[in-house]
Amino acid sequence: MENFTTILNNQTIPVADIPEVNYATFLEMNAGFIISSPERHCVNYFGYPVQNHIKLICCIADDNTHNIHVSSCLVNPSDTLDSFTARHFCFEKFEREIHENFGIGYKDHPWLKPVRYAKNRFDQSKTIANYPFYSIDSDELHEVAVGPIHAGIIEPGHFRFICNGEQILHLEIQLGYQHRGIEQQFLDKKNLLQRSTLAESIAGDTVVGHTTTFSHVWESLCGIQTSRDIEFSRTLALEMERMANHTGDLSAVCADIAYQLGNSVLGRLRTPLINFMQEWGGNRLSKGLIRPGRNQFPFTPELANRLTEVLDAYEPDFVEMNKQLFQLPSALSRFERTGVVSYDDVLSIGTVGMAARMSGLRRDIRSSHPYSLYPEITHEPILKHHGDVYSRVQIRRQEVMQSMQYIRDMIANVPEYIEQEPELGSPEPNSFAISLVEGWRGEICHCAITDNSGELIQYKIKDPSFHNWLALALAVRNNEISDFPICNKSFSLSYSGHDL
Amino acid sequence: MLSLVLILIASFFFTGIIIRTKSISSGRKGPGIFQPVKDVWRLFKKGSVYSETTSFVFQIAPVIYFSSVVMAILVVPFGSTKGIISFDGDFIFFAYVLALGKFFSIISAMDTGSSFEGMGASREALYSMFAEPAFFILMGSFALLTGHTSFFEIFSTLHLGSYITYALGIMATFVLVMIAMIENSRMPIDDPKTHLELTMVHEVMILDNSGFDLGLILSTGYLKFAMYGTLIANLYIGELSLLYAIPAFFFIQFAFAVSVGIIESFMARYRMSHNPQFIFALSSVSLLIFLGVLLVLGKFV
Repeated sequence: MENFTTILNNQTIPVADIPEVNYATFLEMNAGFIISSPERHCVNYFGYPVQNHIKLICCIADDNTHNIHVSSCLVNPSDTLDSFTARHFCFEKFEREIHENFGIGYKDHPWLKPVRYAKNRFDQSKTIANYPFYSIDSDELHEVAVGPIHAGIIEPGHFRFICNGEQILHLEIQLGYQHRGIEQQFLDKKNLLQRSTLAESIAGDTVVGHTTTFSHVWESLCGIQTSRDIEFSRTLALEMERMANHTGDLSAVCADIAYQLGNSVLGRLRTPLINFMQEWGGNRLSKGLIRPGRNQFPFTPELANRLTEVLDAYEPDFVEMNKQLFQLPSALSRFERTGVVSYDDVLSIGTVGMAARMSGLRRDIRSSHPYSLYPEITHEPILKHHGDVYSRVQIRRQEVMQSMQYIRDMIANVPEYIEQEPELGSPEPNSFAISLVEGWRGEICHCAITDNSGELIQYKIKDPSFHNWLALALAVRNNEISDFPICNKSFSLSYSGHDL
Repeated sequence: MLSLVLILIASFFFTGIIIRTKSISSGRKGPGIFQPVKDVWRLFKKGSVYSETTSFVFQIAPVIYFSSVVMAILVVPFGSTKGIISFDGDFIFFAYVLALGKFFSIISAMDTGSSFEGMGASREALYSMFAEPAFFILMGSFALLTGHTSFFEIFSTLHLGSYITYALGIMATFVLVMIAMIENSRMPIDDPKTHLELTMVHEVMILDNSGFDLGLILSTGYLKFAMYGTLIANLYIGELSLLYAIPAFFFIQFAFAVSVGIIESFMARYRMSHNPQFIFALSSVSLLIFLGVLLVLGKFV
């Protein structure tokens, strides 16, 4: 018998089919998958309690073969283990999470700090007010602490800079203020509507991404085949969400470099996109649009005509504004060579989505593990190679154009909506399901495990921000502290998606 | 006396025009012209809150800052009418009384002990330091050209009559506009609209000020703008009679405010590390003025 099992995106398998190996084999095998194989990355690595033990499950996605390798291992909470992180840094955050939740120790983990101070953490004596910050003792250096209360209107997070004058030597990002215990609530709330609403609340700007992932997990667990019109709506909504958020972020980047024209024009352009979502599903942020197994708001040919009008009005303004922005010397001098993260760095810390593609790392679930209508679209990811702010804004600009083309192609051929009573059934008992979706920020991964009555016993969420925050901390090193806001905005990461 | 009154009047609408220009150029209606003044009036009616870590320096600094600018305004003439004070070398007094106010605003920022405000203070000190040579070379050149050393005499005897002096006038206007932008922490040096403390220069220094003190600091900013606008106007209205000079003054102030608004609408702020280079380039322009003056006087051998 092999030491791991291989499944596809959105596949459900019995938990018993996941081979359980001893920890040494588990470590060697999973580290071996990743080391010197940039086409593979860890999409989720988590633990859950099984009687008095902790069962660790590691999912490694292979972008070339479109497979996901799943393996498991049973350990004791009191164990002190060799860390995966010592082999490859991309496991760093996962192991910190396992350490925080279950108290498992690691011998050679270089940075075993709390992740988010989860409510059900193992060591309740650790509190967010006593985070062990890294510090450097020197008379020449000074520390700047920003947050957790944000100067603007966004979410809370604490940033601790160590600076030499205007130059940042080190940035440590401490999160967890937004923790709501979403994963636990998925188990506590038994009603499907409640769970769908929870999925919407994981990250308020990625409603479609997370609800689609949740729906895929649920449908996979219940063994439902969704009709084409449902998957059509999801794909369309995902691309609309991408366009709207990228446009909003381009506007915010302009605000951070004090370019008022770009800020106001792009800010205005986002509005018709989200207003269209309201016309379609009754909510500008697409809440309530996507539900497991059913088509809440069928996309009609009339809506397609409206969307064509919206896009026809949007496109010329967006193209012209970007032409202006990308020709403006004062803007380019702020973008270029600011906040660089090298290919080697993004590979080793395991960033996903835009934060990987900016440095030439090809990570895009739409092409590597296609779902919904993406197998038909044959998506080609947009790659940049410099890893600076300029690459990140260029990716946004081009992805908006790409998404717009996808949407135009899709709505030329709206599938017919067949009204039928959704048959939801109940989840398979003792099963494991995994779903990957490329949200606008990057890869979203949800894993679910059921017990022998078909109830959820573990629901694990990985938002793209989970890994990408570290990329921001690396990006600002040796940059000026006054360039931090633009670096931050060019990543545009989620606090609540990380804190769960 | 006339200049003081005119500067006061101009300061009432100056910042409002900048904000309105920015609003209109981004397709918005924008607040009324007098909104900034109303804001200050609202602040004047409020009390101030003082942090426990601050000392008396923090409490007296806004008043000193305000009065330093008022004192600087006293020496500014208006065309052929003197300022309230006028003496030989008063432009040096002008520069250093402003520097005194700035010094107090810097140490009051340091007094709060906030890491943000220290950063802002060091930036402001650096930029002012770099802007100083430009101002002195400019005024020194005019002193050489006219043979006088007070603002009033320099401006009232300054005749723009030949091509070279027109060029000098344009360059001097450019230098004064840019010094005004630097001293008021406007674009492209600083972004007054941002909410991001890490990129601020002047705004971050006054984070701890509130109520009456904040009102004083804001109104000082309005006065400063109008004061620099008056210096620029003085380059052109020296010989005009008051009947023409006063409308010309308001036109120049208006054009100055609109151009500030337009600059702020259509370009991005400089990278912080490029600011010193940019400010230092002003000194080179001032040196060109100096050479131009030498040419006019025929002092080249």
